[in-house]
Amino acid sequence: MGKQILLEHINKPGINTIDGYMKNGGYASVEKALKSMSPDQVVEEVKTSGLRGRGGAGFPTGMKWSFLDKKSNKPKYLVCNADESEPGTFKDRYLMERIPHLLIEGMITSSFALTANTSYIYVRGEMMYVIRILEKAIAEAYAKGFLGKNILGTGYDLDLYVHPGGGAYICGEETALLESLEGKRGNPRNKPPFPAVSGLYDSPTVVNNVETIAAVPWIINNGGASYAAIGIGKSSGTKLISACGNINKPGVYEIELGVPVEEFIYSDQYCGGIPENRELKAVVAGGSSVPILPKELILKTANGEPRLMTYESLSDGGFVSGTMLGSGGFIVFNDQACIVRNLWNFTRFYHHESCGQCSPCREGTGWMEKVLHRIEHGHGKMTDIDLLVDVAKKIEGKTICPLGEAAAWPVASAIRHFRKEFENHILHPESCSAKHLYFGTLAVH
Amino acid sequence: MAFSAERLEQIKEIKNRYPAGKHKSALLPVLHLAQADHGWLPIDVMNDVAEVLDIHPIEVYEVATFYTMFHLKPVGKYVLEICRTGPCCLVGAESLIQYLKNKLNVEEGEVTADGLFTIKPVECLASCGTGPVLQIGPDYIYKENLTEEKLDQLIESLRAKG
Repeated sequence: MGKQILLEHINKPGINTIDGYMKNGGYASVEKALKSMSPDQVVEEVKTSGLRGRGGAGFPTGMKWSFLDKKSNKPKYLVCNADESEPGTFKDRYLMERIPHLLIEGMITSSFALTANTSYIYVRGEMMYVIRILEKAIAEAYAKGFLGKNILGTGYDLDLYVHPGGGAYICGEETALLESLEGKRGNPRNKPPFPAVSGLYDSPTVVNNVETIAAVPWIINNGGASYAAIGIGKSSGTKLISACGNINKPGVYEIELGVPVEEFIYSDQYCGGIPENRELKAVVAGGSSVPILPKELILKTANGEPRLMTYESLSDGGFVSGTMLGSGGFIVFNDQACIVRNLWNFTRFYHHESCGQCSPCREGTGWMEKVLHRIEHGHGKMTDIDLLVDVAKKIEGKTICPLGEAAAWPVASAIRHFRKEFENHILHPESCSAKHLYFGTLAVH
Repeated sequence: MAFSAERLEQIKEIKNRYPAGKHKSALLPVLHLAQADHGWLPIDVMNDVAEVLDIHPIEVYEVATFYTMFHLKPVGKYVLEICRTGPCCLVGAESLIQYLKNKLNVEEGEVTADGLFTIKPVECLASCGTGPVLQIGPDYIYKENLTEEKLDQLIESLRAKG
């Protein structure tokens, strides 16, 4: 196991309480930042660290922070995106449930850097019990003087609130999240203006993922350069990978960016291989939205180099032969898995979650779901395969927010890499022996 | 009025979390409270939500219809929100959903004859490593690593609770 930054103390007794957390060095970054650094110095450290947005987009966090319009007369806001809903992803829930003060410490230090005096953690509504954990932790932080007026006597004020969502994947998109936080439907906004200029209540706002914020205390305590020294190149630091599907040890793992994919799947430190020693068939490496890759391409790049768990290595080959690190939702499929049925399932998800604002996404996701449903249920035509590719192309790049791409990429990649399996479903619908095993005995069939 | 005096106090506190004039932000938290009290969101309850937040009823309706957690028709006392998304299906969710339907003799969205249960398949609950998973409102407790036996026990204990 490599360096543990976020999960180092996760199994310490009482770590979910403020006393247990402080016993393990908790809230040191608040002391350090508020008492000995300027907000801009904190931003600089985060820039130096090379930390990238851990929600999926991988945009450099320090740069995002530096776009914030600090000269504006309006209040500045930091909003934490805890709307974790990307299929395959369950790392933020784990962090918030087990070590809530890490997020709260990160929120305080980051809010100070952004000169925000009010901040929100937007948690998906389904995680009501996590909301209660966070609210309790926030109350403890107020009682110890880490939140409220004149924090630690430094003159800095910060109020921090938890806000529940209502069940909508789209609210993980940052402008939809802001709409939702304002009490509206989660319809993404046109950009520009970007939230850094006009975000929550038309004020300069930064939206960051839970894991991103949680990395800030370590960066401030140890320096951005120490963080940048971990990992490979522009993939600095550690990343939480939530591993699931057909593996022996599903769970959340903190890896130093750069671990080979093969090691991640087969090593006992991580996924521990595939149950019953079955063959690996495919992997969705970064949450359901990223392209699926077959065994040959997930273990090695098209050039034959070992594929590493970094932003760059996973995207090597572009979408022809690569994928993305995304949110770190790592879904493993064994040789019994049915790619067609899984794709139908994912496409139903995107259809269900499309906000309906842009016609290409609203209509296109529905058509892709219908066509995949008929292929999966034995009524497909050979022309359906190209029809799916065509519809996916007509969604991609033609919508306000990236949900369009998120719906199109899985379809395009599954057909690119598993076309034969689609053809086989159409020609011999009865021969898909995989699906009964894969999904258990199912009355639908 | 859909809210008790105690709830109205709580709503006042929630409104104070947002800047002056931005109390519409309290809509989602208040809808959750309303649903916890009433089981679902009848139109008169939504109208009361509009009143306490000083917004138009349509602003409440358009939000309540957008977010999947809100029930717009009566549901059983226990809504079994079971995940139907890919990763959970890789570990057997589809057959469990069917098992649950057979066991309770209802389809999705229907209420069992005793008024206790509604099955509501939902999308990913961020529990992919501990699937199959379901959660039960109004507390939204997660039940993970589900099996048929665990479902049997769960239903039995909820029936005993009544």
